[in-house]
Amino acid sequence: MKSLGIPLSGVASSPGQRRGLLARLHLDGPLLLGLFVLGGLGMAVLFSAGGGHVELVVRQLVRIGLAVTVMVLLAQIPPRRLYEWAPWLFVAGTGLLVAVLAFGDIGKGAQRWLDLGFVRFQPSEAMKLAVPMMVARHLARKPLPPGFWRLLGGILILVVPTLLIAKQPDLGTSILIASSGFFVLFLGGMSWRLLGGATVLAVPGLWVLWEYGMKEYQRQRVLTFLNPQEDPLGSGYHIIQSTIAIGSGGVYGKGWLNGTQAHLDFLPERSTDFIFAVFGEEFGLIGALILLLLYVLIVGRGLYIAALAQDSFSRLLAGSISLTFLVYLLVNTGMVSGLLPVVGVPLPLVSYGGTSLVTLMAGFGILMSIHTHRRLLPT
Amino acid sequence: MMNRVALNDHLREIRLFRGRVIVAVGFFALLIVALIARLYWLQVAQHTHFRTLSEDNRVKIYPVPPTRGLIFDRNGTVLAGNLPSYALEITREQVDDLDATLAALAEVVAISDADLRRFQRLRWRKRAFEGTPLRLRLSEEEVARMAVNRHRFPGVEITAGLTRHYPQGGPVAHVVGYVGRINERELERIDEANYAGTNYIGKIGVELTYEDVLHGSVGYRRAEVNALGRVVRDLDVTPPSPGLNLYLTLDHRLQHAAELALDGRTGAVVAIDPNNGEVLAMVSNPGFDPNLFVNGISGKAYSELRDDPDRPLFNRVLRGQYPPGSTVKPFYALAGMEYGAVSADHRVFCPGYYTLPTDKEHRYRDWKKTGHGWTDMNKSVVQSCDVYYYELAVKLGIDRLKEFMDRFGFGRLTEVDIDGELGGLMPSQEWKRRAKGQAWYPGETVITGIGQGFTLVTPLQLAAATATLANRGIGWKPHVVSAEENPITGEVVVIDPQGLPPVPRVAERNWDLALKAMHDVVNTPSGTARRISEGAPFKIAGKTGTAQVFTVGQEEEYKEDEVHHKLRDHALFMAYAPFDDPQIAVAVVVENGGHGGSAAAPVARAVFDAFAASQVAPQPVKTGDTAQ
Repeated sequence: MKSLGIPLSGVASSPGQRRGLLARLHLDGPLLLGLFVLGGLGMAVLFSAGGGHVELVVRQLVRIGLAVTVMVLLAQIPPRRLYEWAPWLFVAGTGLLVAVLAFGDIGKGAQRWLDLGFVRFQPSEAMKLAVPMMVARHLARKPLPPGFWRLLGGILILVVPTLLIAKQPDLGTSILIASSGFFVLFLGGMSWRLLGGATVLAVPGLWVLWEYGMKEYQRQRVLTFLNPQEDPLGSGYHIIQSTIAIGSGGVYGKGWLNGTQAHLDFLPERSTDFIFAVFGEEFGLIGALILLLLYVLIVGRGLYIAALAQDSFSRLLAGSISLTFLVYLLVNTGMVSGLLPVVGVPLPLVSYGGTSLVTLMAGFGILMSIHTHRRLLPT
Repeated sequence: MMNRVALNDHLREIRLFRGRVIVAVGFFALLIVALIARLYWLQVAQHTHFRTLSEDNRVKIYPVPPTRGLIFDRNGTVLAGNLPSYALEITREQVDDLDATLAALAEVVAISDADLRRFQRLRWRKRAFEGTPLRLRLSEEEVARMAVNRHRFPGVEITAGLTRHYPQGGPVAHVVGYVGRINERELERIDEANYAGTNYIGKIGVELTYEDVLHGSVGYRRAEVNALGRVVRDLDVTPPSPGLNLYLTLDHRLQHAAELALDGRTGAVVAIDPNNGEVLAMVSNPGFDPNLFVNGISGKAYSELRDDPDRPLFNRVLRGQYPPGSTVKPFYALAGMEYGAVSADHRVFCPGYYTLPTDKEHRYRDWKKTGHGWTDMNKSVVQSCDVYYYELAVKLGIDRLKEFMDRFGFGRLTEVDIDGELGGLMPSQEWKRRAKGQAWYPGETVITGIGQGFTLVTPLQLAAATATLANRGIGWKPHVVSAEENPITGEVVVIDPQGLPPVPRVAERNWDLALKAMHDVVNTPSGTARRISEGAPFKIAGKTGTAQVFTVGQEEEYKEDEVHHKLRDHALFMAYAPFDDPQIAVAVVVENGGHGGSAAAPVARAVFDAFAASQVAPQPVKTGDTAQ
């Protein structure tokens, strides 16, 4: 594939050519379009999930504004800089994770927040980007595919923050961070034999995690997921109600603002982690398929950007960010539809809430930066 | 840098990357297909099923609260039972205009502002179609009026339930404690699913400490309801498992005897079986009526209790910290002999005061102005000679006093199974440096010798230490719950008493002599507690104590009549019986009671008498008030 002659806007500059606003801002048109359509759809569902009140939507709009600003800022930073900053970011982030475990605030039974006095900060969010950056830098320093020791180094880089976050405990985020680091290793050419070996080791590893690594409530969630009817008043309630919501939506859905499950308060967490159930109830299978298609298009554009990237670091980072976005989607929808146990992962760009939104958009800023800072190669 | 090798590498890396992306895309495509299949299953294949569940909402899940376990004393007398009662509940989804309904309801039943506030607070915590209690314990008249007017109030239900009741009232209130409505702080702490149908939670005493055991676990029933949300029939029921019944070690007859003997004076009485640590009686006087708290005490009644100068809500047994006064003397007498600092026939001349060799100016006075003359160990205990212990304390030094008293649990929590205990204080040089940042002065050792100065004990600690002393160093952790009973199977689990590390014994004779001295306090004509020996059912051994509340200046004299009542000395007494086979150890504190021998000792005697009577008729039949 050639990097020249790409018909889409916002591509690399060439001297003398008139540059559009998007190009001058280092933004990628198709990606931006996809994100805005998804964001708009999210607002509509949020309006419904919030019981038809505007306040929730307005507050979410403010957050989206902040997140877009962060995205635009990151798009201005050339990938070379990110490569240079990766170790500092990683070390600082890991240090903060240790600090959170030592002095963090406890909210909802988990220590995730660091109170700096003027602002409350969740270091695990920054690590969602710092870990793939660091692993990508680690691999990109020598020609790929990496040898055994280089891979082992990469694994170490992703395992330490994953364990620190799992200890908080925040199972959802640690899964996301572990996968983002793993994708870098995988895309970078981790040998199949090693991959097979790791899969075989995972089985006893899971057992150790169950016995020693998990808190009682996490185990309870897995058990509840395996048999939600066991505890219909307690933790099984979420899953039972969300499957009823989705299932009752049928093919065409009950229509916007007409979801009875959500509006009669049966559905818990309906504007945050379980918003996909509202979507499924109101827009049915057709709506859900359209939503999935939208996500797939965004991820496709991300992978396309990765394929065109000019150095290993950018390529691996862009690939990992895109695939991790897909993991977000699948873990959330899987949990809401009862395929996976309940772990706290929001539906990306749709769920109400600020922190994950900013991180996600920052990731897309990096993608745009990688795409728009390319130099034309003599091929 | 763009040489051929680098370019080759570059192309190879791109090929590798694209290959990997294709594999990843394939993998995720499979997952997305699985997700779509799941959505198809839910939304197409099972759509009818889920539509029925969601749109008709005919099937509701209702929690069925478990029955709270009963609390009995050691003979099976009910201390905490359950009475049937009726409550008014509102399901907000079935009420069109909540404010109008509340206003109309207020004309049918009495609804206070407190009821309304609690209702508004609680209703946000309930799931959809779950009732929120508005009034508890409706009177029969109110139930009848509601039944007649029921058609006016869709979404308002009368529910039958059980309310906690404490038939013994005041004397056992501090031990048994009480339950009350669950407040918001407790909601954060408990498992809300398990308390879905429960309105009450243990607040203090055994009700609090054993909340998990007493509560049981919730059951639920799935019921079909009509369009108005009224239950048509039950589909299936998972019964709750009731809370376990508790058997206390208390004997309510001893409890009443102690309260009667205190005769309205503020104070505390604790009786412990030295052979196993069972608490036979535990009275903090005045008590209060725990039934007041069950359904939310009125603000006026509460402020009356709170502002009462006798502080009925204060648990003196666990939280009252008093200077032990002369009750420490048998312990120190034993310490002197065990450490070899003095022999039993060592004699001290008591001129009525003591001075330190380093400071001849400051006189430490004996309670008897004229002095006791030549005094040996036995006489020092029997007549409670202060000068003997001033000298002994200086000989032993504060660190050995502290070390010896530690063994009997002074200055440390007894870890009794009721929440809220305080630990008292046994001072040491190290403690004073840490707590006050000051060096220890020799004069402080002198007054520690007679249980004054910094030393503080709770009545429970004093009783436990007495039990350990009576049992010759073999101590048990005091406890009030002896067994748990499953009300369905009748299975009884006995909670084994826990032994404490035994006090090391140097010479058996030292213990004989110290205990004999306590015997002589009661059973010789010169003993300070001689008046309680007459007609006693068995030989009692004990020690009086009088604890200063008010410090008398060097040149002044303490005159009881001139001192305000609240500044008068506390009267203490510690004792055990029978002398040759200890079965019960007692500690008594009568606040501002004056002298231990005259004010506190007769209370202990009343407990001993009740104990002797209970031994004659040990097991009365289980009484009938056991509504389940």
